[in-house]
Amino acid sequence: MDLGCLRPPEYPKVFEAAAYFIGFDSTYRDEAPKMTLKKLAVTCALGSMLLVTVGATSIRAQSHVNLADPSLGAPSVESTESHIGNLTGHATEGKKVYRRYCIGCHGPDGDGAGMNAQWIDPKPRDFTEATFKCRSTPTGTLPTDDDLYNAITRGFATTNMPPWQSLTPQQRADLIAFIKTWSPRWAKEKPGTPLSIPPETPITIKSILQGRELFQKLECWKCHGPQGHGDGPAAATLTDDKGNPIRPYDFSSGSRFMCGVTNQDLYRIFMTGLDGSPMPSFADVVKPNEAWDLVHFLRTLQPLLTQEAALWQTYRSAHGADIKPIGPEAAVGVQ
Amino acid sequence: MRTKYFLALMIAVLLGGGMLVFANSPAGSGSITGKITYVGTPPKMKPIDMSKEPSCAKQHTTPVTTQNVVTGPGNALAWVVVYISAGDQGSSAPFQAVRYDQKGCQYIPHVLPMVAAQELQIYNDDQTSHNIHPLAKVNPEWNKSQPRGSPPIDTKWEKSEFIPVKCNIHPWMHGYFVVLKTPHYAVSGGDGSFAIKGLPAGKYTVTAWQEQYGSQNQEVTISGSESKTVNFTFKVLPY
Repeated sequence: MDLGCLRPPEYPKVFEAAAYFIGFDSTYRDEAPKMTLKKLAVTCALGSMLLVTVGATSIRAQSHVNLADPSLGAPSVESTESHIGNLTGHATEGKKVYRRYCIGCHGPDGDGAGMNAQWIDPKPRDFTEATFKCRSTPTGTLPTDDDLYNAITRGFATTNMPPWQSLTPQQRADLIAFIKTWSPRWAKEKPGTPLSIPPETPITIKSILQGRELFQKLECWKCHGPQGHGDGPAAATLTDDKGNPIRPYDFSSGSRFMCGVTNQDLYRIFMTGLDGSPMPSFADVVKPNEAWDLVHFLRTLQPLLTQEAALWQTYRSAHGADIKPIGPEAAVGVQ
Repeated sequence: MRTKYFLALMIAVLLGGGMLVFANSPAGSGSITGKITYVGTPPKMKPIDMSKEPSCAKQHTTPVTTQNVVTGPGNALAWVVVYISAGDQGSSAPFQAVRYDQKGCQYIPHVLPMVAAQELQIYNDDQTSHNIHPLAKVNPEWNKSQPRGSPPIDTKWEKSEFIPVKCNIHPWMHGYFVVLKTPHYAVSGGDGSFAIKGLPAGKYTVTAWQEQYGSQNQEVTISGSESKTVNFTFKVLPY
């Protein structure tokens, strides 16, 4: 009877030969195949060679392949450390923590192109560029270990980066040491000199009004909008350093800032700039006491019960008509 | 007898010193000139809408156009940086600062070449704030605000790199810092012509770089104080 389509498929001859060699095929024999020790040894050797080749090609952490080769540039995982307070972090331990908790977003190459990155916005930090938003150091310089530690402890409000207080301080310190092995800049450059933040000036209506003038003069409203809603004339076209659209901070949301919650954090944000984003550093154009005035004014833009907001409310109810609106009409000397 | 000896010694020292001075900075008198042209249809440059920045818009009687592919008569290609990429002996002469202006909400010049570690001064000549945001990848990336009336920003780039520059407040502003290892470079003008002067004799690789169409290389050998002609042609597309 012709079975036609029910006939078993014919495998290429090489498969038959392999099956015969290993002893799993009884086509050419009369008795059942026997697995001899020799066949077992050869099978295991071939199989493990295959597995090793597949495994080696799929491990993509190229920057860590040759740890001892200085010409590769990046600091070695074996020797990189971090120092945060009394803690010393080690990159070898941090690598394990990274591969458990961070690799999904930040990627096996540390470039922010993890599996999750395609669904989240803003994109995860690309550590290979050594450009970081939240620092205490001047724009263009590397952050300190403390800056990085604070960043992962605090997380980044309005992004997918959570606060990592579920990790122990030692684990976080180890992670920081490992993060520093992704870019060759860490091997050659020292972190910048941290900004020295002078004591805060008193919160007075005079300070708030001076801060308001600064907000007008420095043209913060061009991105942040006249009421700080993140809707200024340039807001819709802002892109980060990778060309992805990005929105300026919306003060009316009252949410935490990218890099903290306190007045000191706010001071630090505009005096160091958020590297990698459109937010520049104003350190060269704003004096320290002026900077505090700006901080006090910015607090009045938030829907929070702060001292600044209370003072501003009182002033507005008394002098509402005299307050010139912020924006192009109020700009001095500009037609 | 002793005076003669002394005199001879002084002359020898002076001559020797003079030779040393000349040996340190081989000025060279060779040059490479040429023209950059294109084949194909180039994209049309678009007029820029500066209405969001009235103080800049009113400075231009006709709207300015984008500058990624600027052409001239005779199929000329402007803003192409031509430089020696190999064979250069370098120079120990100190460099003056180069200047970059923000004027009329444009970067002037559109492409600014400089030598690594040369001083760069950035001026804001406008009535509006700008922020200078060089998108460096090899050098550190930084971002500084420059309100109107600010003093110039003084900076320098340590490593050679082609750095795009932008202003986040005015998204139409695009420029380049072309940081090179060599002091022997030129930028093609509106007629596509360029001239690299002061080259010592030697075998060189000349590279021409256009921001959209990339780089091309050619080899040239200069002997003595001759002037060699090297032309480059870029294939362009209308998009």
